[in-house]
Amino acid sequence: MKSMAELEAIRQRTLQRINLRKEDDSENIRVVVGMATCGIAAGARPVMLGFMDEINKRGLSQVTVSQTGCIGMCRLEPMVDVYMPGKEKVTYVHMTPEKVGRVVAEHIVNGRPVTEYTIGAAEDK
Amino acid sequence: MRDLSLHILDLAENSVRAGARLVRIGVRADARKRIILTIADDGCGMDAALLERVMSPFGTTRTTRKVGLGIPLMAQNARLTGGDIRIESAPGQGTVFTAELHGDSIDCLPLGDLAGTAVSLITANPDGPDFLLECASPQGEMTFDTREVRAALDGVPLNEPEVAAWMLEAIREELEPIFGGVIL
Repeated sequence: MKSMAELEAIRQRTLQRINLRKEDDSENIRVVVGMATCGIAAGARPVMLGFMDEINKRGLSQVTVSQTGCIGMCRLEPMVDVYMPGKEKVTYVHMTPEKVGRVVAEHIVNGRPVTEYTIGAAEDK
Repeated sequence: MRDLSLHILDLAENSVRAGARLVRIGVRADARKRIILTIADDGCGMDAALLERVMSPFGTTRTTRKVGLGIPLMAQNARLTGGDIRIESAPGQGTVFTAELHGDSIDCLPLGDLAGTAVSLITANPDGPDFLLECASPQGEMTFDTREVRAALDGVPLNEPEVAAWMLEAIREELEPIFGGVIL
């Protein structure tokens, strides 16, 4: 049974991480998942939860996951934008929970976008 | 929309945009497999004209295009089971959305990942509104209140991945005996 007491332990642990992030926000990475009707219907929720889970498992303290609405390319949903400091935004399309692991490992951790999942690759087809 | 939890995720976002401070999400199933979904908020509410428009696929508050499918899709899925939806709202009074579905209909969507829906809503809106999830079936009942979580975390945002993981597990654990294998 999960207890509220566990939250206190989580609070203690995460406070340090949050302070780190505040001190040095030049390193912050943002993952933004499209979660309007179109995104949700296409499967955005497991993608968003997949990012949360992967970031939690790897203990990536500089990454935040947030959500946005419909940006008008519903046929490419689920879409995910990754913002890295000092770099251009990368947009991933037709995302699945299976693709999340690779995006986190190769792009967010190692800084190399997974080109074949990006909007550029989808549009060239 | 493949399941009811995705509809809830979609519709509850309307409450967020209505500026609600508390969004109550209810999922109740009775012994005759009648399922009542409710999404009640204390947001800005709607006047009669807007209320009529949101029922139509061609009504939306968006300015970028002319369709809004969230409520019409939910209405269709409720009616397919012999149920229906109802929206009560007035400006300044908040909105109560209710869908009634008949779980024994072959057209009734499965409930889906309700915990995933709750955590998606909470982590998308770490600064509020608060969410109160209330579920009940003949097997039992549960509530999950982000106001309690927020108080316990005392400043740690609700969208911290470790907090999200905890909430997901906590809600799943409590839902399991209530809906596990019972609704469809």
